[in-house]
Amino acid sequence: MADVIKCATRDAYGSALKELGARDDILVLDADLAKATKTIAFKKEFPEKFIDCGIAEGNMMGIAAGLATTGYTVFASSFAMFAAGRAFEQVRNSIAYPNLNVKIGATHAGISVGEDGASHQCCEDIALMRSVPNMVIINPADDVEARQAVLAAAEHEGPVYMRFGRLAVPRVNAEDYKFEIGKGVTLKDGKDVTIVASGLMVAEALEAAEKLAEEGIDARVINIHTIKPIDKELLVKAAKETGAIVTAEEHSIIGGLGGAVCEALCEEYPVPVIRLGVNDTFGKSGPALELLKIYGLDAENIVAKAKVAIAAKK
Amino acid sequence: MEENKKLELKKLAVQVRKGVIEGTYNAKSGHPGGSLSIADIITYLYFSEMNVNPEKPDWEDRDRFVLSKGHTAPALYAALALKGFFPAELIKTLRKPDSILQGHPSMRYTPGVDMSTGSLGQGISAAVGMALGAKLKGKDFRVYTALGDGEIEEGQVWEAAMFAGNKKLDNLVAIVDYNKLQIDGSIDEVNSPYPIKEKFEAFGWNVIEICGHCFCEIEEAFDKAKACKGKPTCIVAETVKGKGVSFMEDQCDWHGTAPKADQYEQAMAELDAALAELEA
Repeated sequence: MADVIKCATRDAYGSALKELGARDDILVLDADLAKATKTIAFKKEFPEKFIDCGIAEGNMMGIAAGLATTGYTVFASSFAMFAAGRAFEQVRNSIAYPNLNVKIGATHAGISVGEDGASHQCCEDIALMRSVPNMVIINPADDVEARQAVLAAAEHEGPVYMRFGRLAVPRVNAEDYKFEIGKGVTLKDGKDVTIVASGLMVAEALEAAEKLAEEGIDARVINIHTIKPIDKELLVKAAKETGAIVTAEEHSIIGGLGGAVCEALCEEYPVPVIRLGVNDTFGKSGPALELLKIYGLDAENIVAKAKVAIAAKK
Repeated sequence: MEENKKLELKKLAVQVRKGVIEGTYNAKSGHPGGSLSIADIITYLYFSEMNVNPEKPDWEDRDRFVLSKGHTAPALYAALALKGFFPAELIKTLRKPDSILQGHPSMRYTPGVDMSTGSLGQGISAAVGMALGAKLKGKDFRVYTALGDGEIEEGQVWEAAMFAGNKKLDNLVAIVDYNKLQIDGSIDEVNSPYPIKEKFEAFGWNVIEICGHCFCEIEEAFDKAKACKGKPTCIVAETVKGKGVSFMEDQCDWHGTAPKADQYEQAMAELDAALAELEA
């Protein structure tokens, strides 16, 4: 594993925006965080299509909505905390309700923000955005997927919430990977249990599956990059074929991937689902990798939860 | 302003007010007070100022209007119906489940509505985005937005004002419907937004103070706004909440209360009398 490429999904956001810059309809907005969200990559190439709205995220979402009504495809960027949290109601009422073509690039999601601590570690954004009609939510696992997600979002009509991380994470997808909104990806087949992961937990899920194999447990690994609309068909199939599920996400266990998977299965094919995520608590300061261990967001804990899920099978 | 034009606008404004009463009475809910105070401004916008086409409500070069004080949708709907965006009889369907006329404006339901609004403070940001879009596209359409004087207590209004001033959006006009009342009482008792003029000026706006019921002053203000280059314009329009219906005038309680049958009859009788007087 020495040669694993590591890259932050926020970097892929910036470079994908640059790829889109040649399109006449693309505008990129930021709220004084261009260097951190990586929209600076776009700004350098296309300064005339980059608009810094200053530290006023609610107003930025409204401006994005207004621009979208004039025919632009607008990428509005900030940290997840401020894009989904602070500007929640502007996103709901000014963007999602009129179903406008605004793409929200939310970086610095989750615990892996690191040293900045709880005020900036948004583990509630997926829960917030999932509750909003018309909203598509994409949480890419690596830079390859993040790039394609941005390009796909630009093609999609209507609002999209894209969740990116600050931390450089291992690449899990091959260069020829084909991303499709709403289609989950089975990365490894298996029959004993399914690990459904999203974002940086996908790499941990693959590692967990290897560890489980060493103990004779055959785990399936599914990458759910699109949390809404969720790939219910793939999840129900996994529930039927493996009988138990572990969800793994860098988000609160309330309302995120775990919640979405439970909701998808409970009415159609209920099986034991063990949710691994941030356990209804705030984060704290520290190095990102250390924090992920402290909060149990790692392969070891997925292995442990997989065993619990298997034991819960009737 | 020519006398004939003034007379026509006055008659249209009475029709708009009748639409406000008709709509809120049939809905048994809604916001007549602020709809009546903004009625003359909205009438002027749709019948003198704005370049719009009811046959092509989504025409990309049209002027835009964002009713940031979205609760006064009855006045906007009445003006749009009069202008021909949809049949006038739909006014009676206001706030009903199958109606194209939702309680607050929705651009996805109603032809002629340029932005969905209702949550105070948000419309002005969208208007700023539209004005910026016009500049970026090199188009010369203009963008108008109406705010309540209570609404400007929302911080987002000032985020938008700061941005519009900084970007010198001289194709943008914000009208503050200065009727001095909000739900809980007079605006200075609840949480004073004063001074309004100086605040907008401090954010780099051209500010014009007028009587919001005098068409001569309204016309002059919009003409001055067009002539002003390098700054957005804010028109602070002094108005009377409930204007045109005697028992609703300057009464806080008519902010969000619909007229009952007898009140409806009286209001319509007063407005019909006003119309007859103008037509005589």
